Amino acid sequence: MSQPDARPGLFERTGVIRTIIALIVLICAGLVVAEFFYAKHPHFGFDGWFAFYPLAGFVAYCFIVLAAKMLRPALRRNEDYYNERDRQALQTPMRDDDHE
Amino acid sequence: MSDWLGHAMASPALVLMLGAALIACLPRWLHGVWLLVIPAAALALLWQLPMGMHGQIGLFGFDLTTLRVDGLSRIWATIFLIGSFLTGLYALHVDDRIQHVSALVYAGAAVGAVLAGDLVTLFIYWEATAIASVFLIWASRTIKAHIVGLRYLVIQVISGLLLMMGTIIHYHATGSIAFDHLGLATPGGWLIFVAFGIKAAFPLLHNWVQDAYPEATVSGTVILSIYTTKLAIYSLARGYAGTEALITIGAVMTIFPIFFAVIENDLRRVLAYSLNNQLGFMVVGIGIGTPLALNGAAAHAFAHILYKGLLFMSMGAVLHRVGTIKASELGGLYKSMPWTAAFCIVGSMSISAFPLFSGFVTKSMILTAAAENHHWIAWLALLVASAGVLDHSGIKVPFFSFFHHDAGFRVREAPLNMLLAMGATAALCIGIGVYPAPLYAILPFDVDYSPYTTAHVVNQLQLLMFAALAFVVLFRSGLYPPEVRGLNLDSDWVYRRLLPRMGRGIHRGVTALRAKIVAGLAQLAGIAQHWLTEAFGTNGAAARTWTSGVMLLWVTALLAAYLLLYY
Repeated sequence: MSQPDARPGLFERTGVIRTIIALIVLICAGLVVAEFFYAKHPHFGFDGWFAFYPLAGFVAYCFIVLAAKMLRPALRRNEDYYNERDRQALQTPMRDDDHE
Repeated sequence: MSDWLGHAMASPALVLMLGAALIACLPRWLHGVWLLVIPAAALALLWQLPMGMHGQIGLFGFDLTTLRVDGLSRIWATIFLIGSFLTGLYALHVDDRIQHVSALVYAGAAVGAVLAGDLVTLFIYWEATAIASVFLIWASRTIKAHIVGLRYLVIQVISGLLLMMGTIIHYHATGSIAFDHLGLATPGGWLIFVAFGIKAAFPLLHNWVQDAYPEATVSGTVILSIYTTKLAIYSLARGYAGTEALITIGAVMTIFPIFFAVIENDLRRVLAYSLNNQLGFMVVGIGIGTPLALNGAAAHAFAHILYKGLLFMSMGAVLHRVGTIKASELGGLYKSMPWTAAFCIVGSMSISAFPLFSGFVTKSMILTAAAENHHWIAWLALLVASAGVLDHSGIKVPFFSFFHHDAGFRVREAPLNMLLAMGATAALCIGIGVYPAPLYAILPFDVDYSPYTTAHVVNQLQLLMFAALAFVVLFRSGLYPPEVRGLNLDSDWVYRRLLPRMGRGIHRGVTALRAKIVAGLAQLAGIAQHWLTEAFGTNGAAARTWTSGVMLLWVTALLAAYLLLYY
């Protein structure tokens, strides 16, 4: 099924990856500059602060991912934790109780 | 308008169910045609029905209204039927009569439920969705799917029973079974609210979604993702619009599944958490309850069914070809499945609400409504949740399956019918985003809303692009949590581990107590036996032989006592 490719795929070349990242950074920079060029209609006040949405996006994203990462040790268990894995053969009788 | 359209028989729900009955006996080669013709015919019928209450029949002494066509029910029935058509196309290659029949019965029941004008009709279709849908899980034909299906069915039936009890109490209190605004003022209203809440996957009542959906078949998961939860959203919109509690519930719903989605390894389960989070947006809209907010909830449900279906379809195609859907095993599939990857990205951009994609024109209505009604906490929660959506559905799902490091799978592209279904759904996602007017035209209330203002487009792009930048920073610095095998505990732990353990603990305790009591009684019996043996046994006092001297002494003593007493 798998065979090693002679050359890396389009999205594995460092040049392409660098270009994509550079594009994201450029767009972000452009979006900060755009702050000066449109009329804001804040509903609450704080949503009219300079660069509120860029900051909200960046901070919220980091908070979510890092908080989830910290939760993982508490929540993660073995894949067969509940002992409901399919036995290889259906003929094998299921144990109806999971004695550890 | 021909008068047959007013009869209960002229129901799009019955069209689907009769179609299902026919599929059960038609030869295999006709299934394909039938799976597409039936939803199309039902959709045509729906739009022929005049607005108003139709299909009155008598049942159990109640006058039932089986067809209520108004703005709210029609948009829901429309998207259910479009979903049925698209999933029919997606499942065309499946050679499994059970799945085709249950898919159509399930869709029919869901359409019947949203068209129900009274609570009894709603209850009948509500239970029908539960029973029809479980076969899509069992159709995986694994032991795990069997167990999960049973658990799913139990929870769905509990929801149905609560609905029935609530309906009975409501009927006794008000004398009416009409399914209109119910509210939380009465006990019946509360029971029905919880029944809806179970199916809408309220926080802590949610886990059946993440438990069951990823265990269904490839096409079964797509079908399941459409109906049950959105039927509950419709029911909440019908019965509990403007209920303040829903704003809080919805805001919590948008936030907490995100954390689970970030660390989950099974990508179809990631999407199930993401589905939960999207339902939260709709619940907030219903809680706000203004025409704009309810329009937002309806429009978001419409768009959500399409992009969520598209994402489940693309992950289903990966599962179909590769045989696994674990993020830790996948990567680099864009080489083998470029079309599937492209369609998945359309779904990701739609759910993330990029401008020109469907999520942008629908989610923003709910956020605007929250802002206009000064619910700043809920608004902030929705904003944070929007950044979270970008992570789990916008980046994680396509990135770890189609890009990231090449896992070495060289498979064929998805089957043609799957590609066509994904292509059509993707076209709808973009179509709604670019030209939302037709969707806005069928919303329940007249809207004067324009999503494409400069501020809105810029702000949304700022939010999303900076969240994407955060991903780049975290990923390149190695802070992004790696995809690893494993299972994450969720609220289902309570009924899958804690309660069984407590049950076993109680059983053990009672058994031990019984053993102690029996042992205590046995000890007492031993003492009693010993005492009796002492007294009456062969060597006991009562069985001893006495000498005549002793007897004479006792008789003399007794006679002396007798004499003393009577003298």
